[in-house]
Amino acid sequence: MPLVLIIAFPLLGWLLNGLLGGYLPRRMVGVVGSAAVGFSFLIALNAVQQPERAEPWVVPLYTWIAAGDFVVRAGLLLDRLSSTMILVVTGVGFLIHVYSIGYMAEDPAAPRYFSYLNLFVASMLLLVLGDSLLVLFVGWELVGLCSYLLIGFWFERDRAASAGRKAFVVNRIGDAGFLLGMILLAVTAGTLDIGRIGERAASIAPPALTAITLLLFIGATGKSAQLPLYTWLPDAMEGPTPVSALIHAATMVTAGVYMIARLHPLFMRAELTQMVVAAVGAATAFFAATIALVQWDLKRVLAYSTISQLGYMFLAMGVAAMPAGMFHLTTHAFFKALLFLAAGSVMHAMHGAIDMRRLGGLGRPLRFTMWSFLIGALALAGVPPFAGFFSKDLILEQAFLRADGGAVLLLWMAGVLTSLVTAVYITRAAIMTFAPPSAHHVAPHEAPPSMWWPMAALAVLSIGGGALGAQSAGRPMVQGLQEFFGLTAHEGAAAPLWLALLTPAVALLGIAVGYFAYRGRRQINLGRVGTFLELEWYLEPLYDRVIAGNAKRVGRVLATTVELRVIDGAVNGIGLAAVRAGASLRRLQTGYVRNYAAAILAGTVLLIGWWLLR
Amino acid sequence: MTFPYLSALLFLPLCGAVVVALLGRRRSDAIRWTGLAASLAALGVAAVVFLRFASGTAGMQFEERAVWVPAAGISYHVGVDGISLPLVLLTAVIMPLALLSSWTSVTERVKEFTVSMLVLQTALLGTFLSLDLVLFYVFWDAVLVPMYFIIGLWGGSRRAYAAFKFILYTMAGSALMLVAIISLYLQSGPAGARSFDLLALRDVVVPMPLQAWLFGAFALAFAIKVPVWPLHTWLPDAHTEAPTAGSVVLAAVLLKMGTYGFLRFLLPLFPEATRQFAPLFAILAVIGILYGGAVSWAQSDMKRLVAMSSVSHLGFVTLGAFALTVEALQGSLLQMVNHGISTGGLFLLVGVLYDRTHSRLMADYGGVAALMPRFAVVATIIMLSSMALPGTNGFVGEFLILLGAFRVAPIYVVFAVGGVILSAVYLLWMYQRVMHGPVVVAARPRVVEITSRELLIFVPLILLIFGIGLYPAPLLQRSEASVRALLERVEARR
Repeated sequence: MPLVLIIAFPLLGWLLNGLLGGYLPRRMVGVVGSAAVGFSFLIALNAVQQPERAEPWVVPLYTWIAAGDFVVRAGLLLDRLSSTMILVVTGVGFLIHVYSIGYMAEDPAAPRYFSYLNLFVASMLLLVLGDSLLVLFVGWELVGLCSYLLIGFWFERDRAASAGRKAFVVNRIGDAGFLLGMILLAVTAGTLDIGRIGERAASIAPPALTAITLLLFIGATGKSAQLPLYTWLPDAMEGPTPVSALIHAATMVTAGVYMIARLHPLFMRAELTQMVVAAVGAATAFFAATIALVQWDLKRVLAYSTISQLGYMFLAMGVAAMPAGMFHLTTHAFFKALLFLAAGSVMHAMHGAIDMRRLGGLGRPLRFTMWSFLIGALALAGVPPFAGFFSKDLILEQAFLRADGGAVLLLWMAGVLTSLVTAVYITRAAIMTFAPPSAHHVAPHEAPPSMWWPMAALAVLSIGGGALGAQSAGRPMVQGLQEFFGLTAHEGAAAPLWLALLTPAVALLGIAVGYFAYRGRRQINLGRVGTFLELEWYLEPLYDRVIAGNAKRVGRVLATTVELRVIDGAVNGIGLAAVRAGASLRRLQTGYVRNYAAAILAGTVLLIGWWLLR
Repeated sequence: MTFPYLSALLFLPLCGAVVVALLGRRRSDAIRWTGLAASLAALGVAAVVFLRFASGTAGMQFEERAVWVPAAGISYHVGVDGISLPLVLLTAVIMPLALLSSWTSVTERVKEFTVSMLVLQTALLGTFLSLDLVLFYVFWDAVLVPMYFIIGLWGGSRRAYAAFKFILYTMAGSALMLVAIISLYLQSGPAGARSFDLLALRDVVVPMPLQAWLFGAFALAFAIKVPVWPLHTWLPDAHTEAPTAGSVVLAAVLLKMGTYGFLRFLLPLFPEATRQFAPLFAILAVIGILYGGAVSWAQSDMKRLVAMSSVSHLGFVTLGAFALTVEALQGSLLQMVNHGISTGGLFLLVGVLYDRTHSRLMADYGGVAALMPRFAVVATIIMLSSMALPGTNGFVGEFLILLGAFRVAPIYVVFAVGGVILSAVYLLWMYQRVMHGPVVVAARPRVVEITSRELLIFVPLILLIFGIGLYPAPLLQRSEASVRALLERVEARR
């Protein structure tokens, strides 16, 4: 089965719904969109399982750009790493498409919605499968575009439109770094082909390698919403909730993590960059988790939670625990998508209300949604045997072993502390949303089947997904990736027993703290700390007022003072001077012959005098 | 003797102009159709030239030569190579679209308008095809006349000021170029053996101080036309006041006369001076990229915003031209075409809105996407092309320029990527203000979905955006040999 089809199906769905969706019955639109991704999932399953595919499978397509010495051949690359990813993208993607059929049933713009969503899946698959960094970058930018289009899906609302624009612009700032890194890589290694980059990585001088990887990492901080470029993701919650689940939790935002894994031959050789990646990851994990504590919007809690969890993945990438990072990426895709779909189900039932102060008491009417949310929450908090426990625990274990008592130990501690905060905030969110007393007068109704069975499937994955990397299950996924990354497992230096017990203990402690602090939906005033957290550690005013405000002011000054007064002023000044000079010279033209004769005489005398005295 | 393709291409629009001139003034429709037919015929010939063009050949193709003024060594000498070919095709593509865009918006003096547009096309094609400096200069200045009328007669409220500024500013530049052309002629050999022929002049070694002066004279004319910062202030006025078709042709084609001049004349005629002054141009280009982007952001008039964005985009083209590497030059050439498509497209978009509401101010719009969903899709695609999203044409050109320039001086590129960010900032800002948000009620009844004629204008642009973005080889392959030969020439005299 040609691998290209995996991208072609969603592309076809995009065109079909985009061009003809308006003529199809509303329900058909969703079915077409879901089927397109469903087919992709089947192809992905088929492609991954074929035994001869143990080796990387390269599907060359065509020569995209050739100018001078610079050649980019576009093609697809299926190996262990991209196999994991295409299953997540098409699998979770399919479930969320199905969920959307019910969620968007009332929206007249459903064809536009499904066409964007299909385009997103196609772009994400291109990002994952591209065998050249430049092809990956095409996917990278296209998923960003889809994110922009879907955040601003309800564009009549100014907040949604602004959020979309913010996402695009912040990502562009990261992409500027990505572009520079890619150019530096192309100039030093002479290729952007991912296979060849691996071969030549060893021959790149260390300073150049550090610069390349740091620049590429700037791109990753934009796409994966890490410090300092995280600000767009909370705002991105303006988009439809299934979009938040698919794009802003499960798939697109993990692209930065994936990119580092994809280019591991470069990153694993750049020690300084690895430290930076790990530090940024750990810092972001803790930072975002604390902000999640004070959010009232349920989706924003989940958004900060996503930023925080992505931080764990970067921590893993930085401490050379890439298999653990990819494992956490996978389980996170399951449980965070589940949490978002549950939140969407709440919104669906509550006619769009998402402020937790106006929720409460939903456990009884939305029993299924509540259980789904709780399963997701337990997985997020890291309670065994839910999937999130295994992957987070593995990251922390590897960070601890890697630290070996050194400075990385601080990052490990940040990770453990984050784990505690995570359990608190998700407990708070669960209580505020589902526990009595209710703060509303709506009679909520449970979601239709098209919405609940994708949630059920994700719930199963959130419970059982840990088997992919659990010690007792033989760690099928982690083992495979271990080989892929060329890493030797820390099997011998097994983690001490207290370490294995620490993370679940911390999670349970956090849940207990959260339960006692917020039981009965108590609203706690954190005072100054609360303000500090609500202002995102004062980063929000810094970005909004200081940076964005001043940038705009510079533009205004350039456009008015510099452009109109100085530059154009000089141009018009020259013109005016010419006119004035003409006007004054005109006075010489008196029209009297005697004046001209006198002038001729004076000139003649001067000339003769000059000749004589020369 | 082979068929004179280039002469046919060159004079088809002019013949069309003559036919239009003979038509009765009242027969507006006949005039419009004749104009369109003439420009489409030219497009047909240009397409044949493009398809029959031999890739991998550096030299001139389809050459035609006829002695014009033997005593002064002036001849009618035209030809096309990999450097002029993309621009010839661009001109041929843009003209019919510009004429279509003015189908209903120009209702007064249709005849004069159509004649001006067709004469303009011949002059533009002549500029790109001439291989004789006098012939080139004739076409170069001939462009100004119809453009002056197009701005001055069919333009907006400040059209007289804008047209006057446009013609004075550009004439000031080209006057010195004429002096330089004559001086170059005098350097070309002993009396009696002198020539204005470009191909011959390329082999004349002009001694250094003089070469720098001549370089400066040519460079000034071209830099004003591009325009290179800070010689750009004629541009926002001219673009803003011109009617839609005028803005489209100005942005898409006229500005390329300058950047084409860099490649066709400065580099091969004055290689030493080029190498010497290249850093200066690169710095001005980078300033233009950032400055144009920042100033665009602060505009409230859509046309002015698009016009200022050209300063930024042409900065990339200039940077590519003076980076003097194969990738950068290829990118620069490709980006000339891309800018024509994307910025031409942006002006057409503004024109569609202006036809409905007669306002260019963003504040007068809001929520247009809800009223014109098809238009919103078209606008999105063209905006993405302008901000060089991968997959569209703009990305290939911009990336090649940045890559090629990086090989020479990374520092320029570090700053130039700021322009990549800014283009997203100002374009999305405009898009949101006009297309998104609540619908502005005042404009509502007049804001109706784009017509099939309007859609027809955008279809070729959209096809080109994705065609070039996904498969730029047809253009890159045709220009590669000429670009390599050009660079060898610049490097040879070291």
